[in-house]
Amino acid sequence: MTYAYYPGCSAKGSSTDYEKSTQAVCDFLGLTLVEMPDWNCCGSTPAHAVDTELSAALCARNLDIAARQGAEMLLTPCPSCLSNLKHAANRLEKPEFRARVDALLDNPAAGNFPAVTSVMQGIAAHCDVNDIAKHIRKNLKGLKLAAYYGCLMSRPAELMDFGDPENPSLMENLLAACGAEMLDFPLKTACCGASYGIPERAVTARLSGRILKLAACMQADAVAVACPLCQMNLDLRQPQAAKAADAFFNMPVLYFTQIMGLAFGLSPAALGLEKLRVSADSLLRKLEAEGGKS
Amino acid sequence: MNDDINLSRMRDAAFTEDVEAQSGQKVSDCYQCGNCTAGCPAGFVYDRQVNQIVRAVQLGLKDEALGSRSVWMCLSCSTCSLRCPNNIDVAAVMETLRHMARRENRVAAPKVENFWFSFLDTVRAFGRAYEIGTMALYMLRSLRIFTDLDLAPVVFKKKKLGFMPHVVPHGGAAAVARIMRRYKERAVHERVRP
Ligand code: SF4
Ligand code: SF4
Repeated sequence: MTYAYYPGCSAKGSSTDYEKSTQAVCDFLGLTLVEMPDWNCCGSTPAHAVDTELSAALCARNLDIAARQGAEMLLTPCPSCLSNLKHAANRLEKPEFRARVDALLDNPAAGNFPAVTSVMQGIAAHCDVNDIAKHIRKNLKGLKLAAYYGCLMSRPAELMDFGDPENPSLMENLLAACGAEMLDFPLKTACCGASYGIPERAVTARLSGRILKLAACMQADAVAVACPLCQMNLDLRQPQAAKAADAFFNMPVLYFTQIMGLAFGLSPAALGLEKLRVSADSLLRKLEAEGGKS
Repeated sequence: MNDDINLSRMRDAAFTEDVEAQSGQKVSDCYQCGNCTAGCPAGFVYDRQVNQIVRAVQLGLKDEALGSRSVWMCLSCSTCSLRCPNNIDVAAVMETLRHMARRENRVAAPKVENFWFSFLDTVRAFGRAYEIGTMALYMLRSLRIFTDLDLAPVVFKKKKLGFMPHVVPHGGAAAVARIMRRYKERAVHERVRP
């Protein structure tokens, strides 16, 4: 399988730690991610909120590059990019829509695009749970985690192809393979408030507060996420969320790749842990203590 | 008295058809069970709940639907679509209404639109989104100081946001700017607000 890798804009800004840990974990598992050199922004929420054709044109340029470079699959870590790229590829199957989008591009887009999928699914396709277990250097036994997917990864179900749209389980499977105890987290696909943190902070604070409050009630040691925007809302904006929830949180929010990396014995620096607002030290200490026991 | 749905007001049947055509959804299938509203995470900031918006579309109450703040506050989370017993992609209806409202310059939540424009301006300039640039432009547009002042110390200490924009290499940034220019030109040509 030849992959094209689309990191998405956050990978170069607010989520360099996701990017770093994704690269480190995939590298460790022998899944080579070669970044498309001249990818552009997928337009994220603002483009599709403003106009469907504009959003599709921004995505089509990327899909076209991946197709011309001969990739069979396009992998992206970010659920928002994933959703936009998939929606665009799907809409571009309609000839009238495609004609209007082509008119916005320098050249008409390629006829066939590679399938688009998440890095998480890419990892799971590359190595099954048993393979992952073989790579464990530091079992995560004793860590209680809440997997939080956000609202985009699994919806709409037919398009995203990510299992049950309200109860996906891939992240749990991967992290359980690393030895972690996965909580049955009811808000796993609830919305965190998305990009409203800037223009309508109260919305994001309230929705993120609800998620953190439940994770804290369930005594999670950390929340595992797969989305840069969810991570920012739950981690960087944690004090705002706490205020909205009338609570105090000290809940580490890690990318699932950072947690897998810990299980593979990769160093905190290689996983970008220093970038977290809420420090992951409590997890590291717990792991050390558990390691001492066995 | 609840004035939310006043049937004596003008009903615009063409509006219902337009929304159905543009969203590809059969809004007439809705039987007002309220499932969409029950699961909507943004309902607490809506002026009309999402089932009421769908009802307004069914009844051809254009002003009610397009003038609503709700279509701007919708988070596009698709919970409504997933839970609708009649398989209406309610989120697609909300998005269609937002597009229609935008084109007609009915912007019930200017802050939200300002944020989107600020984001897209950075994409036009660099080909990739530039977070600090988005914030700066948003501040200018909305004439407010940094809304997240409380986050600034951590953002700086942890290098949370990239300080330099990332420009798409190999002429990619210019290609993106051309996409956005053509989009704007076409909107002007078709007499809709870009
Ligand atoms: S869930 Fe579907 S049928 Fe029920 S009120 Fe909403 S749109 Fe109508
Ligand atoms: S897509 Fe919009 S209307 Fe539907 S549940 Fe989510 S926020 Fe509410």
